[in-house]
Amino acid sequence: MLLDYVWLIPLFPLAGVLINAFLGRWLPRRLVAAIASLAIVASFAMAAVLFFQMLGLPAEAEGGGAGRQRIVPIFSWIVSGDFVVEANILLDPLSIVMALVVTGVSALIHIYSAGYMAGEEYHNRYFTWLNLFVFMMLILVLGDSFLTMYVGWEGVGLCSYLLIGYWFERESAANAAKKAFLVNRVGDFGLALGIMLIFATFGSVAFGQVLPAAASIPAGTATAIALLLFLGAAGKSAQIPLHVWLPDAMEGPTPVSALIHAATMVTAGVYMVARTHALFEVSLSALNWVMWIGALTAFLAATVALVQKDIKRVLAYSTISQLGYMFLALGAGAYAAAIFHLATHAFFKGLLFLGAGSVMHALSGELDIFKMGELRKKLPWTFRTFLIGVLALSGVPFFSGFFSKEAILSGAFEGGAIVPWLLGLVTAGLTAFYAFRVLFVAFYGKSRLDKKVERHVHESPWVMIVPMALLAVLAFAGGYIGLPRVLGIGSAVEEFLAPVFADSTLVHTAGEATLEWLLIGLSVVAVAAGILAAWWIYVRNWGLAGRLTQSARRLYDLAFAGYHADRAYMEAIVQPLRMLGEGLAGAVEQRSIDRAVNGVGELVGLAGEGLRRLQTGLVRNYALAMFLGVVAILAYFVLRGVLSW
Amino acid sequence: MNPLGFPLLSIVIFLPLAGGLVGLLLGGRRRLLGLWALLVTLVDLGLACVLWGFFNYGSGGMQFVDRLPWVQSLGISYFVGIDGVSLWLLLLAAFLSPIAVLTSWKFLEGRPEGEARGYYLLLLALETGVLGVFAAVDLVLFYIFWEAMLVPAYFLLGRWGGERRIYATLKFFLYTMAGSALMLVAILALAVLNLQQTGVLTFDLLALYDLPLAWMAQLWLFVAFVLAFAVKAPIWPLHTWLPDAYLESPTPVTILLAGVLSKMGIYGLIRFCLPLFPDLVQAARPWIWVLAIIGIIYGSLVALVQRDMKGLVAYSSLAHMGMIVVGVLAANPQGVQGALILSISHGLTVSALFIVVDLLERRRGTRRIDDFGGLWHSVPLLGSLLLTVAMASVGLPGLSGFPGEFTLLVGVFRESVAAAVFATLGIVLGAWYMLSMFRQAFAGPLDRPENRTLPDLRWREAAVLLPLVVLMFVLGVVPNLFLRPTDAAVDSLLSRAEERRVVLMDTSDQ
Repeated sequence: MLLDYVWLIPLFPLAGVLINAFLGRWLPRRLVAAIASLAIVASFAMAAVLFFQMLGLPAEAEGGGAGRQRIVPIFSWIVSGDFVVEANILLDPLSIVMALVVTGVSALIHIYSAGYMAGEEYHNRYFTWLNLFVFMMLILVLGDSFLTMYVGWEGVGLCSYLLIGYWFERESAANAAKKAFLVNRVGDFGLALGIMLIFATFGSVAFGQVLPAAASIPAGTATAIALLLFLGAAGKSAQIPLHVWLPDAMEGPTPVSALIHAATMVTAGVYMVARTHALFEVSLSALNWVMWIGALTAFLAATVALVQKDIKRVLAYSTISQLGYMFLALGAGAYAAAIFHLATHAFFKGLLFLGAGSVMHALSGELDIFKMGELRKKLPWTFRTFLIGVLALSGVPFFSGFFSKEAILSGAFEGGAIVPWLLGLVTAGLTAFYAFRVLFVAFYGKSRLDKKVERHVHESPWVMIVPMALLAVLAFAGGYIGLPRVLGIGSAVEEFLAPVFADSTLVHTAGEATLEWLLIGLSVVAVAAGILAAWWIYVRNWGLAGRLTQSARRLYDLAFAGYHADRAYMEAIVQPLRMLGEGLAGAVEQRSIDRAVNGVGELVGLAGEGLRRLQTGLVRNYALAMFLGVVAILAYFVLRGVLSW
Repeated sequence: MNPLGFPLLSIVIFLPLAGGLVGLLLGGRRRLLGLWALLVTLVDLGLACVLWGFFNYGSGGMQFVDRLPWVQSLGISYFVGIDGVSLWLLLLAAFLSPIAVLTSWKFLEGRPEGEARGYYLLLLALETGVLGVFAAVDLVLFYIFWEAMLVPAYFLLGRWGGERRIYATLKFFLYTMAGSALMLVAILALAVLNLQQTGVLTFDLLALYDLPLAWMAQLWLFVAFVLAFAVKAPIWPLHTWLPDAYLESPTPVTILLAGVLSKMGIYGLIRFCLPLFPDLVQAARPWIWVLAIIGIIYGSLVALVQRDMKGLVAYSSLAHMGMIVVGVLAANPQGVQGALILSISHGLTVSALFIVVDLLERRRGTRRIDDFGGLWHSVPLLGSLLLTVAMASVGLPGLSGFPGEFTLLVGVFRESVAAAVFATLGIVLGAWYMLSMFRQAFAGPLDRPENRTLPDLRWREAAVLLPLVVLMFVLGVVPNLFLRPTDAAVDSLLSRAEERRVVLMDTSDQ
């Protein structure tokens, strides 16, 4: 059976890592990039082949067949008593969808990187790490247990750290990398404890053992497990309150932002919750947490995105906000919708980041959209693809984002989550506004480019444009795998994923057609309002934005600073702990403990004075200790005698 | 008992000492002596690997036993053997010794030619002492190795240490002597109690394992043993000799102190405290956990603010040892096996870290983190290597730190959720100080001219570091290779403890 060769999917990137890590220094640059890209293309091809194989199998397990699920054993990783961790691969509709998205988008971004990173000093390091990232991401989504997932989870964290800090000589990049790793470690603290609790509860960490038994555990335990796992998800997927690392992660090269910090790694939390939904469903309060955190993150991050001037920061907050949507969907039990949005978001947000990279490439690294303008004429291909990305992100009808966002919002509404749905609706309007704001400010109007920069403006090479064009196709067409139910055709992605979520106990009553149309109509109105407002402010009345800002200065500043989340962490946690460390190192370590111990030492020394003439040097102390020992023995037996008496 | 028919284990133990003595005949040539010491330690490592090759995974008892009557009137015998608990620690000591020798080459280069003879003799004698500790089954023999190992350590630190070496030596000496004196008392008391109950005077640990102990006796003996091991590991607050000793020692000695000698404390806890005093382990566990966890958090926070890179590694060691102790005290298979695996990992990582600090100090003449910056540009290979080691040290899955750490935390979690939660904080704090150090020293702008021209890793330096790094990967990817041999021994040790608990409860009812 071809499905048993699923290990080839992660093997190709691993081979790329090994080749480029050991030989990359001596290979020509183009070859390094080619090897890395080919590894991922091969991996994608393998995933695609397996996907079509799987389509040929019966969807449901029947008559002794496993349906579309396979567990492929690799080796025994850790066995200690009854703590058994098998490194197995789990192949099912969910993991193959994840593998397809990951390898597909990765392949395009690898190719794009060949052009974007061509002039960089540590070129082979970059491609080694990028391949390593794909390998770890595949471990994450293909692993058959919580612990193998954890391996990938931390592994992608390492790659994220390495690649954010790729330009490590820049203070800001080095700090951002460290921050990303540490904030993620806080999340992983929760995830690790969650896994321990899972093992203590179920006696196993394998998905196949734990998830089917989930319904039998007490709700309190389930809540604890789910919330601990969700802490991990919030770290990796940048949800409040652990979102603070993602905006800074933009210090990394832009293709990295596109791949890791938009399309793939940050969606790992979404994948985990979807994968382990059986645990979350035991505890409604945990699901509610997921939903509310998701809705609030979606809304608040969108408000911050409204006012950012740095094109990548807009996209970063947008990513946080879109991930919030996915968690909103998960919390409402619309798992397939969350995975659907994960896929479309990977396409359009990856595309938007690549577009931003192309702009930076053309403008000598300029990031401030207010120093751009009129780019649609200078960068025609970048403009066209970027436009498609903006339309998809905004959720304009017929583009992919429209369908997936619709699936989420109607799922939330039908799940009875009215307030989160409303937050999602408002966020849809805000999203359209900030997306078109970037488009209008950067690509329309008059050129505000620096004269020196303007002379060098050039469209990117084909090796960058082609991946963008392909992603643009996906960003447009990707939505048609998940048409709204009301059209009567059915959502292909929902059907394909159905076996994975078949055990869900949350019943979604499909609303009436009128209601569905009404919901769609409402979000189209919200999107239209957002686009119109952006047009009104940034095209029709240029300068209005400045006046508006002045009239709401404090609110603007608050949003611009991301509600001071960074400062809060610095002042409430980081600095106090550092001060505590300084205090311990200084006051305690240097003085108290030492003094006490030295005091004992002096006491022993004094006692030893009497023996001084007998011995000299270290031997004296030795003898003294022996002497003390004998005294202690005597003391013990005397004491023992007294006690027994 | 001994499948080989000849005393291979004893040869492994005494070969280094014998080699050191033969070295005295080789004259005072530093290079020759260095090569000789390397040869001796490598051969010893090879022989130790043969032990592993013939090791019977299914047996939980002592293997490769060599037993000779010694002082028969006192029931003392020369009795050595290894089981799954000692196997890896023995191999770790045998593995780190050639690395310490190689590190010594460079260290001795700047010193008078005549010193080499004594230096290598002491270093090799130290190895014999450590190997003996991990193999001795007779308690008096154990004590002798334990003490004998300290003497070369004192001299190495006192003679070849840094500026404050006398102070550091004295402190180290006082601590360890206090600890081992108490242990001697406990050993004697144990034998006397056994004599009273059975009429046989013996120091055979396997026989003493069966000795029922009343609660009060257990308490005193436990305290005496634990203090000795707690000093060696060390457990907070008995650690204050550690920064001084680690910082003042020459790097090869620091490697042995941090990599191997600290494990003697862990080994003692597992070998003696768990099976001999199971009730006390249960009773004292919360207290020791609290201290060890304070050690994790305290060590991490103090490491975080260290300006001296070697100091940072020293305090990180305190935190890691705290984690290992937490695991041992869980007294279940995951806790103990995890602690053993993490001990190996810690031996590898801490040695590699100290070596990297040494290489930087040699190149730059300073260990102050603030004096560096942007080094990844000037020494890219060294930087990448250090980052790999740092990741292994902070427990990144796929490298050596993770399997042990996670397994032991799983074990702890079963016994106490609170202890597991606080100990797990260590994974956040550990990443914090390690990455802060890397950030300051290796990332950031390369703005100091002195840092621009540093030579990158040389072949000989790579030859020292690479075996460590390779093992970090092996241990991280296939931890089962290391876990399997420990299964049976840990199992029998814990079930012995469990049985004794029942026995003791019965006697207390009477």
